[in-house]
Amino acid sequence: MSEAESELVQSITTPLRLEYQYTAGVASTRFLRGMADGKILGQRCPQCEKVYVPPRGSCARCGVATDLEVQVPGTGTITTFCVVRIPSDSLDIDPPFVAAHILLDGADIPFFALIQECHFDEVRMGMRVEAVWVDAEDLGPTFESIRYFRPIDEPDAPFESYKEHL
Amino acid sequence: MAELCGVVGIGQTQHDAKRTDVSAPGLLREAATRALEDAQLTWSDIDAVVIGKAPDMFEGVMMPEIAMGDALGAAGKPILRVHTAGSVGGSTAVVAASLIQAGIHDRVLTVAYEKQSESNAMWALTIKIPFQQAIVAGAGGYFAPLIRAYMARSKAPEDTGIRVALKDRLNALKNPYAHLKIPGVDFDQVANSPMLWDPIRYLETCPSSDGACAMVLSSEKAAESAPTRPAWVWSTAMKSEPTMFSGRDQVNPQAGKDCAAELYKKAGITNPRKEIDAAEIYVPFSWFEPMWMENLGFAEEGLGWEMTYEGATALDGDLPVNCSGGVLSSNPIGASGMLRFAEAAMQVRGQAGEHQVEGARKALGHAYGGGSQFFAMWIVGSEKP
Repeated sequence: MSEAESELVQSITTPLRLEYQYTAGVASTRFLRGMADGKILGQRCPQCEKVYVPPRGSCARCGVATDLEVQVPGTGTITTFCVVRIPSDSLDIDPPFVAAHILLDGADIPFFALIQECHFDEVRMGMRVEAVWVDAEDLGPTFESIRYFRPIDEPDAPFESYKEHL
Repeated sequence: MAELCGVVGIGQTQHDAKRTDVSAPGLLREAATRALEDAQLTWSDIDAVVIGKAPDMFEGVMMPEIAMGDALGAAGKPILRVHTAGSVGGSTAVVAASLIQAGIHDRVLTVAYEKQSESNAMWALTIKIPFQQAIVAGAGGYFAPLIRAYMARSKAPEDTGIRVALKDRLNALKNPYAHLKIPGVDFDQVANSPMLWDPIRYLETCPSSDGACAMVLSSEKAAESAPTRPAWVWSTAMKSEPTMFSGRDQVNPQAGKDCAAELYKKAGITNPRKEIDAAEIYVPFSWFEPMWMENLGFAEEGLGWEMTYEGATALDGDLPVNCSGGVLSSNPIGASGMLRFAEAAMQVRGQAGEHQVEGARKALGHAYGGGSQFFAMWIVGSEKP
């Protein structure tokens, strides 16, 4: 390849911007307003009685609306997790960090959350954790009102207790 | 009774990290031209084009198929795009086959591609959901916890994933089109490669590839003039399930089990492990081989790892899996599913060269996508059903 050829521009990276309005919907709005009050609100399916946190307004298993509101505590169990060691421009935190499936006490579906205040090598399936909130004056209608989860001094939950929620 | 459908032409590109020598339409044309040459047909013989690729967010080009009509010889012909995330290459072939089976067309060109060098899949898959922290790092970030869950449930030996990766990487050395080839690769090299999304190591992960795949599908009548033996479609199936519902088993999803059951029933297969001679399964991270062996009914739940461990899935095993090197060796996302379907067809046509399973008469092609929620499969055979 000649020098001129090697300098040919073969691709360029261009910025791309998309502005959109996000409509949270009834269930998410309730959840997000709960976050602003420091509360975790879920919804119970009237058919299978499973509790969805965060609520989606429906149970995809039963195909019915979920309109029974329940409050759950900020404590729960890590059902499974990974240690992220690969960086990405669109991540909100630098690796290494632990992204875990957390099943809150009283909830029947896990969600992804960040684990902090312990070394990533100490994180285990079944580990008991609690939500760490932002300061009261910083609470807002966002899931980010919970900064992360941290271990609590309780024995690990047995595998049988969360095996349906990995 | 549906019409019979045969695969009469197969083409794929040289898969590589950056195919800067061709544009995206050029990449597709490379695969399509090879498929037409294989079938000894020309563009004018084609009745319709069915195309698939991963979501438009990857390359940032909306509905690229519209601008590609000319490059695909589709001017004045029906062109149809299929969207099912990572499983799309498989679903696209299933949709194309349905147009033959329904008696609508005699010859359909089906193509799938991805030009990952013009995109940023890690960015596109690290989704920033409003009002939430972005912590799910790409596809690996999503699937790694499921792999950890499988490891805990099955109590599989910790090196199972390393063994799968080593097998597929050695198979890739026999495939002239494979992207990632590591001559001399051994167990220690895979084991010592860095953790990206613990428990997934670098060499247990698929690469980012530019590549395309194409097939010419034909009715029974039009296949009479085919220069070489077609691969006959015995059955196809597609199933999906929601991403989130309470109690969802993401390790062994119901949609995958249902899809496989329907597939075998339609093909008259009662003992898949015995009756299928080769399988090309969508394994983007090594541990998905044992997971899908169970989901596809080749092994009892919790015992899929034994097949890998005993060498059953090796090129000389009783159910060779991913003889081409699989997704672990070439991953042009949109095309990755169609490559599985095409490689299955190559096996029953005796076209697979150095990675040919001797005497393969029935083969399975499999693709999955989204959050392990979209499934597409087919069984092809050397004989007519």
